[in-house]
Order: sequence, then C-alpha cells, then structure tokens
Amino acid sequence: MQRIINDPALVVEDMLKGFEKCHKDIVHVSSENPRVVISNFAKDQKKVGIVTGGGSGHKPAFIGYCGKNMVDAVAVGEIFSSPTAKSFYDCIREVDQGMGVAVLYGNYAGDNMNVKMAMELAEDDDIEVKTVVANDDVASASKDEIKKRRGVAGEILMWKVGGAKAAMGASLDEVIAAAQKAIDNTRSVGVGLGPCTIPANGKPNFQIEDGTMEFGIGHHGEPGVKVEKLGTAEEIAKEMTNMVISDVPFVSGDEVVVLVSGLGATPVMEQYIFFDEVEKNLSAAGISIYKSYVGNYFTSLEMNGVTLTVMKLDDELKECIDTECVSMGLTQFGK
Amino acid sequence: MDTIANAQNAKIVLDIIEQIHANAAYLSEIDGATGDGDHGVNMNKGFLMAKERIEESMMFSDALKILGRTLVMDIGGSMGPIYGTMFSKLSKALKVDEIDANTFLAGLENATQALMELAGAQLGDKTLVDTIHPAKEAFKSALEAGKSFKDCLQAMSDGAETGKENTRNMVAKIGRAARLGERSKGFLDAGATSCCIILKTMAASMMAQF
Repeated sequence: MQRIINDPALVVEDMLKGFEKCHKDIVHVSSENPRVVISNFAKDQKKVGIVTGGGSGHKPAFIGYCGKNMVDAVAVGEIFSSPTAKSFYDCIREVDQGMGVAVLYGNYAGDNMNVKMAMELAEDDDIEVKTVVANDDVASASKDEIKKRRGVAGEILMWKVGGAKAAMGASLDEVIAAAQKAIDNTRSVGVGLGPCTIPANGKPNFQIEDGTMEFGIGHHGEPGVKVEKLGTAEEIAKEMTNMVISDVPFVSGDEVVVLVSGLGATPVMEQYIFFDEVEKNLSAAGISIYKSYVGNYFTSLEMNGVTLTVMKLDDELKECIDTECVSMGLTQFGK
Repeated sequence: MDTIANAQNAKIVLDIIEQIHANAAYLSEIDGATGDGDHGVNMNKGFLMAKERIEESMMFSDALKILGRTLVMDIGGSMGPIYGTMFSKLSKALKVDEIDANTFLAGLENATQALMELAGAQLGDKTLVDTIHPAKEAFKSALEAGKSFKDCLQAMSDGAETGKENTRNMVAKIGRAARLGERSKGFLDAGATSCCIILKTMAASMMAQF
C-alpha cells in the first residue's frame, strides 16, 4: 500500500485537521463535536438549515460541499462508514434557526438508521426535520425497486438545488420539494476499472481484473450489473449514457446538467475524453446540455473509474443550479 | 427463586464487553473474508468506550442502556444503531427488580423484532438476525416446555451457536457481503458471530448466578 498517511486508524481525524486549516475561510469544525463540519456562512441569513453526512473517503464529498448557498453542516463518518446518530443530530442542532432543517443524504443502510435516530433526538428539541434520500444510482436496483437504489454523485446536484432554494428564503417544505425533484430528475451510473483500499485494512477488498471493467459499480465497490471487457471511451460513454437516459426517461428537447466525476485514480484528462463522448450521445438523442461539470467531484479513495450523472431541468431547477455558491468542491458565480 | 437480580448486576454487561474485546481480532478476521475487515475494530472501540461508563454496582438494565446508548451515539456505521437498538430494547424490558424467564423472553422478543425492523433483515439473509432469532426461539421453546430459567438460558446459548454456524451455508442478501453473492457461502457472517459471542456470554454470566 503506497500511501501518504500517519496512523491508518486516524486518517479521518488527520484529514479533518488539514481540511479545516486549508479551508478556514469557508468552514470550521464544531467546538462540541470533532465529526461535525459547519459552514462559516450557515447563519448569515435566517433560513432553512441544510445538513448532510456520510462515510469518509469520497472527497470532495461530503465536507467539500459545505459552504455558502450549499450544505450548512456535514456529519463525518469513518472511511465508508456512516457517521453516528449523534453527529447527524449535532449538525441539525448547529444549523437550526427556527425554520427547520433539511437532511439531504444518500440511501445507505447505516445512514438511514443513524439519520432516523438523529431525527428522534431532534424531535425532543422541537426542531422540525425533514429528509430527502438520494437514490440516483440506476445500476443499484431495477426501476420497480427504485427506493432501494443507492445515492451517488447526483447527491451533489441535490445539495446544490436544496442549498440554493434555502438561500432564496424558501420554507422547509419548499426546500424539501425542490431537493426531492432534483434527485427524482437525476440518474447516475458508474464504471470501475480498478479497486480501492481502506488504509486501515491495507489491501483492496475486491478486485477488478486488468482488461475488464465493472459496469454499474457502487461508490464502495458494491457489485455492478456486469463485468465486461474494458471498452474505449466511446464505447463506455455510449453504454453509460444509454443506461442513464433510458431510465427517467429523458426525451428529445430536454435540457440537462451533466456531471462526470472521476472515482479517484482516473486522470482528469480521461474524464474529458469521456465527457466529449457523452455529449455526442446526448446530442444525438436531441438532449442539450445546459451546464456541465467534469472532475473529481465524488470519489471512492483511489478507485479507478468514472460516474456519469444527468439531471433533467425545469425552470426552478435551472434557477437553483445557476445560484452563486462557495464551497471547496463547487464554487460558482451567480448568473 | 428462579430469577436474576437487576440491582448491583452490571457484571453481566462487563462480561460481554470483555468477550468482545478478547475476540476483536477474530471478528475482524471473519469480516475480512466477506466484508471490510473492520468489524472487530469498530465493536471493540464502542464496547470499550461503554466500559468506561459502567460500574459493577449498577443495575443490569442500566448497564445495558449505557452500552446501547454508547453504540448509537459514538460508533455510527450500521453496527452502532443495530446493537444499540438491541441493547436498548433489552434494557427497557428488564427494568424490574427481579428478572424472571418471562421478562427475559419479552426482552429478547422486543430486541429481535426491533433490529429486524431497523435493519430490514429477514431470517436467512446472513446477518445477526440468524443468530438472535433462533436463540430467542430456543429460549421460548424451553420455557414453554416448562424448563427452568437456567435451562432456558442454556437453550438460548445453544440456539445462538447453531444459528451462527448456519450462516456459513447462507448467501448474503444485505450488507457489504452481498457483493460476493454465491461466493459469500462457506464463510461465517461477522455480525452473526459477534451476536453469538454476546448472547452466549450473557447466558453464561447469568447462569453462573443460579
């Protein structure tokens, strides 16, 4: 294992120290809970609080999306392991300003349980909390079992929309409705070319053979739909685009946001080669790209591979996507 | 009297913590075959944290509550809420002066049901449910057959062991091991194994008091 770390058991703690020092203009760690990262902008205006959280190892997710007009507080878990109920609860408490809190997170067993318990704790404090559970990963379950699908990179667009809506002064119900619409209009799929290693384990807990790729792989190496021969960027993009756009369905004339994210080890150069092919496929289907993002937006340690995320837009979602925001992972000027 | 005193009886919980600690490396090794390989580390971390907050003079039910709360509040992942719920439910049912077999069965039933609901796990999914469910059923059958509390606890212990061993032949349906599908066969489930250690230790510690 070739890693730049100190104690493998303390990688999350050590990473948080560096992150806070580097991005002190955007975020700070809670004085009460070292696993809670809070936006410096969280209380600049009275608004609905936006909270998320998840396991570590996905940089910039999750803490990289903590900031102005984005997520107000993030609960930080161990590598690939849900944060505690207490951390979710502390996030909720930190950002509630009396207008309620929207917890926007991904569909994983541990997160579901810990958020549920955090909500019970918040209920005792009379804080109104509502959730949206991201389930954009098309490959993780069939359309009949859409509620079982996992949340992946589409969560970033959900946070962008929810954060923007809250900044506009919307009520908790309005924020929840917009974030829910964002994820309902979003589909993702991933492909894995090489595995990743949790530092404390020292070796990968799954393998992808050279010359093959795992189509539909999850953010923690969850099994894909199939293992097939590694294709060209053109072939991979075609297969992934088809899987995504046939699911919503996206139709000719639609405007979309496209988010291509590397999983950690894929050079950004290759992500642009891939994006070019995605654009050709969308264009051929009569779908136009309103805005695109390419880069390491939601990774899985050093996994080799990419995810493709497409969100169908309407006027409300467009306005939210265009809203100014400041965070380590995503900073945009307003339109 | 065929009962266990609640007062001054946190030793049962401390015994459980001790056994989880002693088996931490073993649990991680089992988990490494089909999962992340961190089960023993996480369990040990949470149980030792609870140990600091428990004194032997405490009530059995209070010690269970502290253990449950620590796992929920400080451990996270999936195991925190799952074992946290299990111990909290047991604690609630056992909040009496003298614990008899019927009370204990009610606790086992509440704990089993609550964690099945929370985790969404069914029998045969290759999880800790495959340990606690048969253990609970064995206790119940023994009680219905008119056995003593002590014999019921022995039945629970045996039921847990059999249940745990049976996970070897199961295909994982939920959790990280589900990734392996058929290949998860032949390996014990780590959660079922830690649950077995917990139930067997609890039974032994209680039986020693009769």
